[in-house]
Amino acid sequence: MTITLIFLAAIMATVIGWLLKQSFNTQPWVSNAADDATSGASLDTSAKTIGLTTFLAVATSLFALFVSAYTIRMTQAPDWIPLTEPQLLWLNSGLLVLSSVAYHWTRNAAIAGRTERLKPGLLVAGGLALLFLAGQMIAWYGLTAAGETVNGNPANAFFYLLTGLHGLHLLGGVYVWARSLVRVFGGASAASVRLSVELCTVYWHYLLLVWIVLFGLLLST
Amino acid sequence: MPLAVVLILLVVGSLVFHFLSPWTFTPLASNWGQIDFTIDVTFVVTGLVFVAVNLFMAWCVIRYRARAGNKASYDPENQKLEWILTIATTIGVAAMLAPGLWVWAKFVDVPDDAHEVEAVGQQWHWSYRLPGADGEFGTVGVDFMSVDNPFGLDPDDPNGQDDVLVYDPELHLPIGQPVRVNLRAKDVLHNFTVAQFRVKMDLVPGMESYMWLTPTETGRYEVLCEELCGVGHFAMRGAVIVDEQDDYDAWLASQPTFADTQAVAAGNAVAGQAQYAVCAACHGQQGEGVKALNGPKLAGQSAWYLKNEIHAFKNGLRGSHQDDTYGQQMVAMANVLATDEALNNVVAHILSLPDTAAPVTINGDLAAGERRYRVCAYCHGGEGQGIFTMNAPRLAGMSDWYIKRQLENFRDGVRGGHPQDYYGMQMGFMAKSLNTDKAINDVVAYINSLPVPADGPSVAANH
Amino acid sequence: MAYVAIADRDHEIEHHDPQTFITKYIWSQDHKVIAIQYGLTAIFVGLVALCLSVMMRLQLGFPDSFSFITPESYYQFVTMHGMIMVIYLLTALFLGGFGNYLIPLMCGSRDMVFPYMNMLSYWVYLLSVIILLASFFVPGGSTGAGWTLYPPQAIAEGTPGVDWGIVLMLVSLAVFIVAFTMGGLNYVTTVLQARCRGMTLMRMPLSVWGIFMATILGLLAFPALLVSAIMMLLDKTLMTSFFMPQMISGGEQLGHTGGSPILFQHLFWFFGHPEVYIVALPAFGIVSDLLATHARKNIFGYRMMVWAILAIGGLSFIVWAHHMYVSGMNPYFGFFFATTTLIIAVPTALKVYNWVLTLWQGNIHLRVPMLFAIGFIFTFIHGGLTGIFLGNVVVDLPLSDTYFVVAHFHMVMGVSPVLVVFGAIYHWWPKITGRMYSERLGRWHFWLTFLGTYSIYLPMHYLGFLGVPRRYFAMGDTEFMPQSAHDLNTAITISAIIVALTQILFFINVIWSLKYGKKADPNPWGATTLEWQTPDTPPKHGNWGHELPEVHRWAYDYSVPGQDQDFVPQTVPASEVPVGRQHGVKHE
Repeated sequence: MTITLIFLAAIMATVIGWLLKQSFNTQPWVSNAADDATSGASLDTSAKTIGLTTFLAVATSLFALFVSAYTIRMTQAPDWIPLTEPQLLWLNSGLLVLSSVAYHWTRNAAIAGRTERLKPGLLVAGGLALLFLAGQMIAWYGLTAAGETVNGNPANAFFYLLTGLHGLHLLGGVYVWARSLVRVFGGASAASVRLSVELCTVYWHYLLLVWIVLFGLLLST
Repeated sequence: MPLAVVLILLVVGSLVFHFLSPWTFTPLASNWGQIDFTIDVTFVVTGLVFVAVNLFMAWCVIRYRARAGNKASYDPENQKLEWILTIATTIGVAAMLAPGLWVWAKFVDVPDDAHEVEAVGQQWHWSYRLPGADGEFGTVGVDFMSVDNPFGLDPDDPNGQDDVLVYDPELHLPIGQPVRVNLRAKDVLHNFTVAQFRVKMDLVPGMESYMWLTPTETGRYEVLCEELCGVGHFAMRGAVIVDEQDDYDAWLASQPTFADTQAVAAGNAVAGQAQYAVCAACHGQQGEGVKALNGPKLAGQSAWYLKNEIHAFKNGLRGSHQDDTYGQQMVAMANVLATDEALNNVVAHILSLPDTAAPVTINGDLAAGERRYRVCAYCHGGEGQGIFTMNAPRLAGMSDWYIKRQLENFRDGVRGGHPQDYYGMQMGFMAKSLNTDKAINDVVAYINSLPVPADGPSVAANH
Repeated sequence: MAYVAIADRDHEIEHHDPQTFITKYIWSQDHKVIAIQYGLTAIFVGLVALCLSVMMRLQLGFPDSFSFITPESYYQFVTMHGMIMVIYLLTALFLGGFGNYLIPLMCGSRDMVFPYMNMLSYWVYLLSVIILLASFFVPGGSTGAGWTLYPPQAIAEGTPGVDWGIVLMLVSLAVFIVAFTMGGLNYVTTVLQARCRGMTLMRMPLSVWGIFMATILGLLAFPALLVSAIMMLLDKTLMTSFFMPQMISGGEQLGHTGGSPILFQHLFWFFGHPEVYIVALPAFGIVSDLLATHARKNIFGYRMMVWAILAIGGLSFIVWAHHMYVSGMNPYFGFFFATTTLIIAVPTALKVYNWVLTLWQGNIHLRVPMLFAIGFIFTFIHGGLTGIFLGNVVVDLPLSDTYFVVAHFHMVMGVSPVLVVFGAIYHWWPKITGRMYSERLGRWHFWLTFLGTYSIYLPMHYLGFLGVPRRYFAMGDTEFMPQSAHDLNTAITISAIIVALTQILFFINVIWSLKYGKKADPNPWGATTLEWQTPDTPPKHGNWGHELPEVHRWAYDYSVPGQDQDFVPQTVPASEVPVGRQHGVKHE
């Protein structure tokens, strides 16, 4: 549970530290003209950004817990037989990195207002992500065919579980990506899809980071 | 106003209830007086807070109730007061925590001179193992478990040969000697609790946990399972009997070692045939059961169950109730089988008898019976085949009139009332919900509809 | 789902108004309608769970008298009662119900920031409830593993509902977590982003603080339940061995190897303990507001109250293993968790002191919501103090898994929050429905519930001292339990039946009020917070008519010196208050 606790300590420290900073020296019962002008919107971040950030914290909590469970279970009993990860995962990782890069490029285009770059950008980014998912499926089939089934031993079970979970999260991202794509092909301007593309880029980078951590964990054990 | 009065009355009433309550801790029978001391400290500190805060609140409700012309004070905060309260609370908390941690340190650390006992939990009974003369436990594994080796001892481990096996929910402990109780579960979580000892711990399958204590009072103390372990959880009982050293030694000497249990010769069916002649008078030549003579069918019943019941008759666990006329008759017959060897032979003979379904004498509503049988199925199996690890005999294809009578006996306490008849007690709990004739007929009729197990008596029990 | 910054939204309001019955009451994106939907659904399942508890009590009070209560059904009742009450009633009602209703109104926003997702949250929650209730009707019935669902027993032979019930339970929990996350993202974002002008964090009412912090806890803690549910589901369906050790079951050896049942317990309680505060923090916040309003006095030590909420929220993540002192885990953990657990008692105690000090020098109006609030303080003190017994590791040894535990958590997590729920419903009823309830019926409801529940749970602690174990279908004859203890059990059952029947009064009151209740004033209690300053009662879609409110003061300006009226709404500018006040004068 150490990993989860470190993550939660960090996040709670951030939340509580920020809230305390807001609250420490104020005496709310004393009227204050400066306060009268502040509102929630003055946080200067869009609601969607806050929503996404919060969601990423939730997702991180989920992945951190799985990683904790992984490390605890690994040392628990002698039935753990480390799995040799298929080489294909390296290729898949490369695809995911490229997908992230492509999304970032699209994001820059959206910020710069270059609508003409959105279509190729989105197509490449999403296409690479879909290829990554397909690659992960192939890796699953390969392993199953080689007799490394999910109930073979806990290392296998965790492999399928973690990759599957990561894939599902990416699939959620692909849904949002598909919506932006439909809007872009429907003639939406860079400005109107900018927020959506920006947030998707953050999500893509986040999932890339999660994948690197998970892949590292799987490789190292 | 009534609210304030009620609050005061509740505080006073709670205190009165506390001091007058006849329901309080059982008399301590172990060394863990320090736990009781920590509880007392906790009572004092929390009691003071309970009384003080609630009475103050009641006083506020009276003193500051709304009245015409009244106005509340404007008092956003009072940091000095808040600091005082924080510090006072911290001191109170520390006063409870300090003895708590100190005593816990003792609990965690088992004394070097403690002897060891292993308590083994399974759905839904207790058994125990002692390390034997060499003081070492043999290794155990789920793979080794069978009817002949219910503890799952590794037969090749020399340390295990002299392990003393108590396949019975009663454990004896010598008074005044610290004991480390190692805890092991075969199936699901259980919890070994003796209220008078104060300490308890879960049994976790796949690992071993422990606790320790020194019994300080002789007597018989009930063991309860206190971790939900399935539908029979509440019926998973046992006992610890704290003996003087001499009594303990005598008990210990009477328990078999692992080697003893493995050395028992297989029964001789041919020799058993002669002895079976006595049984045949009531149970029939083929063990098919004779209703007119109140002899139930034996053929097809599993060996372990037949042996258990003969022992139960001999030890007075069965047939000692004054209303159990047929049981009393059987006691005399069971005593004819004076030795375990004789018993084994007879059982071997019974196992060789042909197993055909007993005639149906009871009819009922099958659908209702099926619903009722759901509870039975947990131990006796979905097919009524009987399951050794559940201590549940086979029902399918056996004498239905006998099952009905036994259900009535269990329900009415005629059978299963002996304090050492733990499985009878469990069956008593289960039979209590069959409180009408119809209920019993329905469930027996459903049992009648179950097929005779194809591959001989009680598969799970006799491999 | 298109979101328009709150400031730009006003011009949208006209055509945003839902027209048809369906869009207004069924597929509504209005946070108030969603709140009521959440509330009604939660109360409905709560009633189911209440009936289950009565069945359990019947068996315990009158063993063997009811042939339809078998050991199997008894354990199913226990399990479903616990799970429904903790998750599907209390969590859903406090956050989905009160959170949804109060956050936008108290923060001065038009709605949640993601109204479409908010609506989805309710429908997904309803789906989880349907899946849960469906498990009563599948072959084998619902699971009887106890609400903690400990493996191996939850998915091994010997437990009711091992084929279908447990699968539906786990799926339902996963669906619930999805619903909660959608709602939770809304609550957090709305509090952070959509507060009206002048509503600084420290001007927020404590209700919002409590709900806000509880939501953060829920968002971070529910994943632990999801993780354990997913892994158990795989153990059950695909025969993996995350939690399942090598074991015998029903006389056969199963195919599992080496899994760790204790790992599940760690994950479960990593969610389960914060869950206690997910329920408690909103209750803390709401009760603070009820006390201040009806005592006509500012909440005592507002800042301390906020910081205590933050401290409790933070600490709640490092106390989980106090549920596992006797689980067989490494016993050295006991030192750490006993210490953290008793530390958390300090901020909690401070909250209690501050509630009582709010009454001190107040001007206490004992209306029905106030009765419930003060009743809550009493039961919460009792439940909190018994928690210290269980948190202090050695005292837990004799008491763990006994009726003492049952009594403790029902006092602290059953009775106390439910008293707040009722207090809150009575308090906001005039705003929600625009009608007054019957004070007389409300009082009866309070007295019977409060005294009835205390007479259930106070004696139950003493059965625990005696050593009577929980989750026992029947005690039978035991030497340590005198006949009087069995009689006490019967008495408890009678109290429980009375309390359960008493709840009918509440529903009579609700129906009576909707039909005959007096029309409510917009602000019948003279409260300062924003929800009482809406132009319409009940508030219309969009809450504030054409202009968003502006806030100029904190939420607790009651009985301000020099004012004729004993409250100053948050919307009143400082310039309209006598001079002395502006220098922060504390005392008259």
